[in-house]
Amino acid sequence: MAYIAGVGNTRYGKVEGSSTLSLASEAAHLAMADAGLGVKDIDGVLTGYSTTLPHIMLATVIAERMGIRPVYAHAMQAGGATGVAMVMLAKLLVDSGQCRAVLALAGENRASGQSRDQSIQTLAQAGHSDFEVPYGATIPAYYGLLAARYMHQFGVTGADLAELAVLMRRHAGTHPDAHLRTPVTLDDVMASKPIALPLRLLDCCPVSDGGVAVVVTREPTGAARVRIRGAGQAHLHQHISCMRDWADCGAAQAAGRAFAEAGMTTKDVDYLAVYDSFTITLAMLLEETGFAPRGGAGAMARDGRFGVAGDLPLNTHGGLLSFGHCGVGGGLAHLVEAQRQLAGKAGARQVKKATTAFIHGDGGVMSSHVSMLLERM
Amino acid sequence: MSATPTTFPAGDDIARAWWNGVADGRIGYQVCADCGAVQFYPRSHCTACGSARCETRASKGAGAIFSITVVHRPPSEALRAHAPYAIALVDLDEGFRMMAHADPGCAIGDRVTAAFIPFGDRVVPRFARA
Repeated sequence: MAYIAGVGNTRYGKVEGSSTLSLASEAAHLAMADAGLGVKDIDGVLTGYSTTLPHIMLATVIAERMGIRPVYAHAMQAGGATGVAMVMLAKLLVDSGQCRAVLALAGENRASGQSRDQSIQTLAQAGHSDFEVPYGATIPAYYGLLAARYMHQFGVTGADLAELAVLMRRHAGTHPDAHLRTPVTLDDVMASKPIALPLRLLDCCPVSDGGVAVVVTREPTGAARVRIRGAGQAHLHQHISCMRDWADCGAAQAAGRAFAEAGMTTKDVDYLAVYDSFTITLAMLLEETGFAPRGGAGAMARDGRFGVAGDLPLNTHGGLLSFGHCGVGGGLAHLVEAQRQLAGKAGARQVKKATTAFIHGDGGVMSSHVSMLLERM
Repeated sequence: MSATPTTFPAGDDIARAWWNGVADGRIGYQVCADCGAVQFYPRSHCTACGSARCETRASKGAGAIFSITVVHRPPSEALRAHAPYAIALVDLDEGFRMMAHADPGCAIGDRVTAAFIPFGDRVVPRFARA
């Protein structure tokens, strides 16, 4: 069995004077303290990539800085899905007996460590360098193409998508560490400046600094008893021009594998943590994984189903759209919030019933999918 | 990574040959000589059967808009003068899909034909209503 024994995060936003290593290690110390463990207890270290620190051996750089000498360590790259993918690998490592306690951590000073143009250009490289990037494509442009087609095919409107942005901002307003906390209205979202139409500024997540860490253990540590019941992945394409079926980007396949391992169905889930780099990302993933009918995610948000008091609370920390996006740590923050909800440690954001959680990370342009199911013991 | 250029030189001979074709007003695509599969983007092997016998043909440049976005926030200062510009996924009649520029007035489902315009560091295909 694998437990998420401890979690930690720094504040998100512009953290002047921070670095990949300062943010990741600050979050790691918080997560280890939450788990009741010290550096000597950690025998596995997993991290992701950092665009502001593209070191060739980031995991051992971080391990050395923290004074950890792991028996297993490396960095991983699955875009925005990296966070959940690291925790899935941590589960496999403790399940197989390779490790007793794996630290999965990420940090990046993506907002303060580079210019806006640098950030946009670096991220656009998720697109094909020969057959997409030369057209002046950006990450919002790839998702703009997804949004236009998805709206056309499934009858989703701009107002439907805007509901999700409003909801994420409302949730972020209750989290002291969130990047964007000022409430926004439906009109604010629809009137915000065009970025890659049909996507507007408030359909897009911000670029943030931040650090997040999770400790995965083989045995419960006396702290939170939240276990991983199942996990699964799917990777059907990398580039949007090679994505064939807008109704099947791989999310349902990843979720299906996680549900099969867990022996659960969507009806057994009472908390949702779903990747939301853009409003369209969140709508597509909720609908493809079966938590909302096709074209129905916005209406469910409008009806209060995804709120803290709803029957399917969703991203109560504010998601990437408002808690913030610092790269790998952005996707890992969803899992941190899910663990806190299941552990009963979400403070003012605590939902009434949280026994099981579904987590989904998406990397690239709906390219890499990792799903996970958590359960409070 | 901090010194990422705005646009990238073609990555290999296959990509360079494709862009050289575009500069001459030609959109190349591949057909497998063994299994007949059509593929885009061009590469050394057929992704359907694994054959290395991929023949390059020239498209007639006619197709339909599968999706389109209008970019108002370009990735760099160098491309700012072009904005807003439209990027589309176009389904060509020969049976392949590609990314290209399009007339910002185009809509999903529109029949389009290719023209060739300068953009950034090269000439790119740009589709307009047929």
